Amino acid sequence: MTGTLALVRLALRRDRLLIPVWVLGLVGITLSTASAMYELYGTEALRQQLGVTAGSNPAFLAMLGPIYDYTTIGGILAWRWGVFGGLLTALMAMFLVTRHTRAEEETGRLELIGSTVTGRHAPLAAAVLVAALASLLIGVFVALGLIGLGEDAAGSFALGLAFAGAGWVFTGVGAVAAQLTESARTANAIAGGVLGASYLLRAVGDAAGDQGPQWLTWLSPLGWLELVKAFAGDRWWVLGLSLVMAVVLVGVAAVLVARRDLTAGLLPTRLGPARAPASLGSAFGLAWRLQRGMLLGWTLSLFVLGAVYGAVARAVEDMLKANPALEKVMSQLGGAGAIVDVYLASILGIIGLFSAIYVVQATLRLRVEESDFRAEPVLATSVRRVSWVGSHLVFATLGVVVVLAAAGLGAGLVHGARVGDVGGQVARLVGSALAHVPAVWVVAGIALLLFGLVPKLASVSWAFLVVFLVLGQLGPLLELDQWAMDLSPFTHIPKVPGADPTATPLVWLTVVALAFAVVGIGAFRRRDIG
Amino acid sequence: MTAAISVSGLVKTFGPTRALDGLDLTVREGEVHGFLGPNGAGKSTTIRVLLGLLRADAGTAILLGGDPWRDAAALHRRLAYVPGDVSLWPNLTGGEVIDLLGRLRGGLNEKRRKVLLDRFELDPRKKGRTYSKGNRQKVALVAALASDVELLILDEPTSGLDPLMEAVFQEAVNEERGRRTVLLSSHILAEVEALCDRVSIIRNGRTVESGTLADLRHLTRTSVSAELAGAPNGLASLAGVHDLVVEGQRVKFEVDTDHLDGALRALVSSGVRTLTSQPPTLEELFLRHYEDELPKVTS
Repeated sequence: MTGTLALVRLALRRDRLLIPVWVLGLVGITLSTASAMYELYGTEALRQQLGVTAGSNPAFLAMLGPIYDYTTIGGILAWRWGVFGGLLTALMAMFLVTRHTRAEEETGRLELIGSTVTGRHAPLAAAVLVAALASLLIGVFVALGLIGLGEDAAGSFALGLAFAGAGWVFTGVGAVAAQLTESARTANAIAGGVLGASYLLRAVGDAAGDQGPQWLTWLSPLGWLELVKAFAGDRWWVLGLSLVMAVVLVGVAAVLVARRDLTAGLLPTRLGPARAPASLGSAFGLAWRLQRGMLLGWTLSLFVLGAVYGAVARAVEDMLKANPALEKVMSQLGGAGAIVDVYLASILGIIGLFSAIYVVQATLRLRVEESDFRAEPVLATSVRRVSWVGSHLVFATLGVVVVLAAAGLGAGLVHGARVGDVGGQVARLVGSALAHVPAVWVVAGIALLLFGLVPKLASVSWAFLVVFLVLGQLGPLLELDQWAMDLSPFTHIPKVPGADPTATPLVWLTVVALAFAVVGIGAFRRRDIG
Repeated sequence: MTAAISVSGLVKTFGPTRALDGLDLTVREGEVHGFLGPNGAGKSTTIRVLLGLLRADAGTAILLGGDPWRDAAALHRRLAYVPGDVSLWPNLTGGEVIDLLGRLRGGLNEKRRKVLLDRFELDPRKKGRTYSKGNRQKVALVAALASDVELLILDEPTSGLDPLMEAVFQEAVNEERGRRTVLLSSHILAEVEALCDRVSIIRNGRTVESGTLADLRHLTRTSVSAELAGAPNGLASLAGVHDLVVEGQRVKFEVDTDHLDGALRALVSSGVRTLTSQPPTLEELFLRHYEDELPKVTS
């Protein structure tokens, strides 16, 4: 453990921008969401109304979890933003840990440090400390901010520390994942997979209803965040679960560190083929090799996500049938079928945003290849620049069609099986999912434009995606003006199924995406590589 | 004789830095051309302009009769490039990378691939991320040397190779002599001396010297030490003799190579018992060109 503090200082110095951006960004979104709620749910009656509609709606249950207390803004915030805030805290913690352990080891920088007076466990300890501390900061700032807004002090700390708890658990998950493989990318993928599974487990558990497997929520670290019941009883002992889990995971990681060599992973590296297969003989063949794993992973994940959300759709209908008065009101608004469609349209909207993450990853692979000096040897062969860009772009643009079709297929199969119309629902939901493709292409276009014009800033594409996400998810809540909402390409997608499927915005979005792509590729053809 | 590479007045700036400042370079067809210069002199920048990866700000560059920027893809079919710092795909094996690069260039000589893998003692089944720096370099070298191309552009190709493998590399390049053109950038003088027909020396983005090793030796001094029968005679006043040390009948001095004749006559007139002379090394040539850049040694 010798040298841990020195390494903590090094990490804080390297992340002197990254950590404040994460912490302040997350705290800022949380508190501004809370302030907006004072407007939206300012009166007792408005809150009551929300409680009745949101409390038993399986769609909301699956996406956001149950609402335990709708009489206070704190309680509403814990429901509306709790799982997502925890998810983002967990994401930060996980990235921080792998960044300061496996990524350092992979690049060889840790070797330099390992040769100085630092203990074998010091890098892991330092990374864990930094991530745990950043998570705690988020929790404390959220709590203090909410108290400042006038919320109950105990509840504020319960919610803040629940965020921190999610961060701590995924500090541990990241620490273990970093020991398993030799590459930081794979470590992040493993930890991200665990995070995705946690979200899904609690989604199924929350939406299960009294007869279903509600206990699934107890298996998910993100579920614990809800089960703390901030502002609705403050069950502090549930926070203990997160803490114990985090300590156990970090302990496991520490044992693994002691058992392996520097730079080696725990999962064995096998020898590969001595010759390249016939498919690996062109720019496209190389891109296929580099991109196929990610495409497969995203296709399967979104298929499962679509299926899980699809499974809940029927429950939306059941809920209405159980409440004749409500059903009558709804049928005047367009019928129970329309409500199910609104639900399906909103989950496909979220899936559309998720698929944009894949598209940015697939497009920015170009920049990764360039900045890691692997583009240069390829472009020094007979591969044209346009072909090289195109070989990766195929995966971004057509890959997302596959990914979204898989999501629609998953939702259609499960929902169709439950309503007894598999063929019809599959066709309808695959079609509706694919309606998001043009918006996602615009995101790919933005990434390509940045890559061509200002390659060093290519990763700013992520910032655009976050803005689109915030506009889409929080825009209506924050009552943003329409012009602001219109900045996101996703705003322009018709809310299918249900809404009138007009093709005009889809055509326009495609044209915009194409224009971005043409300018981006044109700039790339004329610029220096490196 | 036709030129495989002909560059004149090449300028490339990166922001405020002028990486290339009117560089000239001519590489004749079939020769092994040494491209010498200290770190940061502009060797890699020149090579990257020749590969069409960077766009020159001014000057002309002709590569295999074409424009390296405009005709990049077509020209790249006829050349193979080994970068100074080879970065491999972590998930691809060395063998896969060799095949891939060969196919992208338009052909691989199967027999040479096998022979080279053997000689470089490279296991092609290992994944990219598990190779050491030297082994990554070998992957790129095998891929380049086994390709059916007329021009090899090698940017400090032996950095990271052990002496044994450096010898294997020199042997392999020697076999290419006459069959293909080789541009070899290096700051390892022994390597250039052993391999190159002609040399260009650059500094701060400009060519300071260019010619055959024999040409360049005229600019240098030969060191001579001798044991004479009598006292040395008139050596001190001879033009072109430097650093003369006389210890009784033993003399040591350096002489400009074009004044060697006169110096030897002076020695012979005193009677020569033993004589050793050392031809100028590129090391000295190099030091003389860069001596103003070397840190001044103070005692």
